[in-house]
Amino acid sequence: MSTTFDTIANIIAETCDIPRDSITPESHAINDLGIDSLDFLDIAFAIDKAFGIKLPLEQWTQEVNDGKATTDQYFVLKNLAARIDELVAAKGA
Amino acid sequence: MRLEYFQLIDRVTELNLADRTIRTEATVPQVSTVFEGHFPGYPLMPGVLLIETMAQSSGWLVVALNKFNRMPFLAAVKDAKFRTFVLPGQLLSVTATLEHDGSGYAVTNAKITSAGKPICDATITLRVMPFPNGEIRQHMCDQAARLGVPSQESAHG
Repeated sequence: MSTTFDTIANIIAETCDIPRDSITPESHAINDLGIDSLDFLDIAFAIDKAFGIKLPLEQWTQEVNDGKATTDQYFVLKNLAARIDELVAAKGA
Repeated sequence: MRLEYFQLIDRVTELNLADRTIRTEATVPQVSTVFEGHFPGYPLMPGVLLIETMAQSSGWLVVALNKFNRMPFLAAVKDAKFRTFVLPGQLLSVTATLEHDGSGYAVTNAKITSAGKPICDATITLRVMPFPNGEIRQHMCDQAARLGVPSQESAHG
């Protein structure tokens, strides 16, 4: 069974044509992988469908813009995987 | 259709919020400056305008689902296929169904038929944002009234 990170990394590799080997848990989706907002919509769509959740992108963006969070908290892939696991757990609760 | 004004939908014929589906109609004008160039002596409805027709239908669906509080903007078009030519005067029937309601975006599957025959289809991604200003929101409300977009109370669902 693949991990949440593996699923995300595979989605990013396929959606953005980024070599899978270059995607690590420490990768920042924007700063390291160069994913722009439009490509991230595709990734969010694939993640939403794969996990049956709705990534709260607008809330995250607002928190970053308000200085209440850093992009690292949501866009470093190990952190993104943790957020997804939380959303999946909340869905099943 | 008023091609020069980018008003590509004539009327909304059905809005089903429960099924997250909209049906619209539009008649391609007999005469338009667009056809003077596309193409002289052989007028064809441009494919990009068919995409816009599907996008606008999808947009009205998303506007209605968001209770006229948010505005969709075209972000991506995937798997667009144009299956046959569209000529001046042709009546088009458009269907758009919400595939996914994301956070700040929506994905629809849209298609156009004419006399029951498939014309084109595509998967459309829209960014969904607050209205940039009151003027645009009022414009959209006025357009909704012109097109017959059902109010929340009368829309199915």
